[in-house]
Amino acid sequence: MDRYQFLIALAVLAFATGLLGVIIRRNLLVVVMCVEVMLNSVVLAFVTFAARSQTLHGVAMTFFVYVAAACEIAVAMAIIVLLVKRRGSLDLAAGYELEG
Amino acid sequence: MTDMLIGVFGVAAFACAVLVVVLRQPMRAALALIAHMVFLAALFACLGVDVVALFQVLIYVGAVMLSMVYTIMLLDDQDTSYTHLFSRWLVPAIVVVSATVVALGLLLGTEAITSAPPATAATPLFTFSAFSVAFMQRYWFHFELATVLLVIAIVAAWTVISERR
Repeated sequence: MDRYQFLIALAVLAFATGLLGVIIRRNLLVVVMCVEVMLNSVVLAFVTFAARSQTLHGVAMTFFVYVAAACEIAVAMAIIVLLVKRRGSLDLAAGYELEG
Repeated sequence: MTDMLIGVFGVAAFACAVLVVVLRQPMRAALALIAHMVFLAALFACLGVDVVALFQVLIYVGAVMLSMVYTIMLLDDQDTSYTHLFSRWLVPAIVVVSATVVALGLLLGTEAITSAPPATAATPLFTFSAFSVAFMQRYWFHFELATVLLVIAIVAAWTVISERR
């Protein structure tokens, strides 16, 4: 196994760990952090393929992943603060009655 | 030497990702996530992709995690989600994640990954100056679209925060 295969395997495992956290954790903030772990593993895969193929496409793509992550965190934090203000809890179970 | 560093940083990054999932307090999980991101930046530096290592520290650790840590400090630390760590979806989650690992792991056997990598370019591609020139020549339109997306996100966040009950 060369370094690129090791890094792709690491990206797969980190993505799976983040996915596990998104499904099983009850705390809203930790769920958002697990989404960040998944995004980071995607970045790792992009960079690994870019370094392996010696092209800039993967590196340019990471820039847009960072932009998407910044937008996501800005909106997600605002929504979390609003939800906590309304429901008084960070527990995901407190939002089961949401409609729409 | 570089391969050894990649191995060490890779194992440390994965350990921090596991800590994000299992730690009870969000602040500790956030610190584990910051460590995960820093180890990933070290991995990118080992690969010679300095630009992304810089972005990783400046944007993710410097901006994204800062706003997350401020939000954690704003909220109550006596929440019920702190005592009941995991939801009832533990068993289905393990099944789904195992299937994901197997499906993605099958990709490791494909020719695109197992074939020999191409030779290293004569001129360094991933320095900041080379990346900037190539980025502005090839991806300027996408860059402009990204700025529009950022403005929309700021307006959306402002709208959510200023909503009245």
